[in-house]
Amino acid sequence: MARFGMVIDTRKCVGCMDCVVACQTENDVPLGHARDWIATVVRGEFPSLSMEIRSERCNHCDNPPCVHCCPTGASHVSGLGGIVKVTANRCIGCKACLAACPYGARFVHPKGYADKCTFCDHRVKEGKDPACVSVCPTHCMHFGDLDDPQSTVATLLRTSRWHTLLPEAGTRPRVYFLT
Amino acid sequence: MLEFTTTRHNPQVDPVLSVWNWEIPLYLFVGGIVAGLMILGGIAMLRMARGDDTRGYFSLHAPLAAFMLLNVGMVALLLDLAHKLYVWAVYLTFQPTSPMSWGSWVLLIVYPLLMASALIRLPEAWPWLARTVPAIKRWSDALLGRPERIRLLAWLNIVLGVALGIYTGILLSTMVARPLWNVSILGPLFLVSGLSAGAALLHLMSVLLPPKRPAPQGMIGGALGALVQPLGPQAPEKSAANWLIRADVGLLAVELLMLGLLLVGLLTATASHAAAFDLLMSGRFAIAFWGVLIVLGILVPLLLQALELGHRIAHTIVPAALVLVGGYTLRWLMVNAGQVSGIVSTAAR
Repeated sequence: MARFGMVIDTRKCVGCMDCVVACQTENDVPLGHARDWIATVVRGEFPSLSMEIRSERCNHCDNPPCVHCCPTGASHVSGLGGIVKVTANRCIGCKACLAACPYGARFVHPKGYADKCTFCDHRVKEGKDPACVSVCPTHCMHFGDLDDPQSTVATLLRTSRWHTLLPEAGTRPRVYFLT
Repeated sequence: MLEFTTTRHNPQVDPVLSVWNWEIPLYLFVGGIVAGLMILGGIAMLRMARGDDTRGYFSLHAPLAAFMLLNVGMVALLLDLAHKLYVWAVYLTFQPTSPMSWGSWVLLIVYPLLMASALIRLPEAWPWLARTVPAIKRWSDALLGRPERIRLLAWLNIVLGVALGIYTGILLSTMVARPLWNVSILGPLFLVSGLSAGAALLHLMSVLLPPKRPAPQGMIGGALGALVQPLGPQAPEKSAANWLIRADVGLLAVELLMLGLLLVGLLTATASHAAAFDLLMSGRFAIAFWGVLIVLGILVPLLLQALELGHRIAHTIVPAALVLVGGYTLRWLMVNAGQVSGIVSTAAR
């Protein structure tokens, strides 16, 4: 089975928010909510500063705390490449998954259920990239099967320096950032 | 220097998590009291089965009050849900890794158990019910004359009470993302606090019971009487109330010890846990923690109750009321400060 993941090159990302807008449009994300967003980190002392711009979203963790805490199984690991998903008509809106996610990647949809990035699985099923990846003007985002050694994502992870978010949480995130 | 900016501004998530407001602390508080009442009621039932009516005094009131309070808790829980119409989905599955799933199923067993436990002595206290629904009288008779059945119910109350009390803490403590919650002592701490609050509530009820008045006979009067009046014309004997005060002194001391261990545990763990420690010790929750929980909710009632037991001051309801205030404050603090606490990372962020 495939194990989908994302590799994002922070050296190419300019923070244009195209990915954010593409996601809002593709997934009809309710106004005032975001399934993906831009984080900017500035480190160092002037004049030797460094900046990292990241397009962030649900990390579709290999060890997802949001799935473990869900009382109904609404939060689940899908058979399609291990994408972490929410079944809206099984979600009771208890918000345990929002509290359990160290990344704050989830929100409560105005209709009441927990919502978040799906890696655009409806597009992935058709062999397309997620909307955010497909619109990126700098081509800094890559999507694919981490377990396939021939895939772009696996190759990039073998040949580049990368980090994930909060690895100390033990969630084993599948969104990687090249630095 | 490290500067972090984000374009994300999701409601209830940013700038800090605020998904749970007053409903969940109230539910955890009430759930804790119910657990405490089940354990204390179970002990009272064991005494009753042995024919010790003085100490078995609370065998009606504990399950009855627990049943009423559980309904309050369930309403609070339902109010918190964002997708209320789908609440049935909890009972279509069992998720072994989810404390909430365990809790939902435990509650499903607790309901009929509390009802059965309350029904043992309800016809005695509420004659209207016994006359109108003879089946309840038969059920009560089938239990009253059979100590072994009462003992079984008593042990079920105790075991499920411990499960319910611990679950209210484990519910929070399994979440790695919230360092303040992610400590193993939270389950036992909430259990002990629930026991202490349960003892305080029973104590309050036993003091407020109108003494030496014949039980009201009607439908509504009888129902209220069953909850707030003593069984028969006698008020509880002093030893019954003293039993609760003595238990509460011990429980408050254990709770204080556990809070101390919680703080030591947080301080000596990771940087994230140390930051959570600061939230309670000197941050924006410090006044609630030190002033309301430690001093008003534990130390003052501990002192007053010790003096009461030593016959140095008169018995009042003040310590019991303060214990209840402390019990709610503990849940309020943990739920709110826990949502603020998060993983502190110096590497990736």
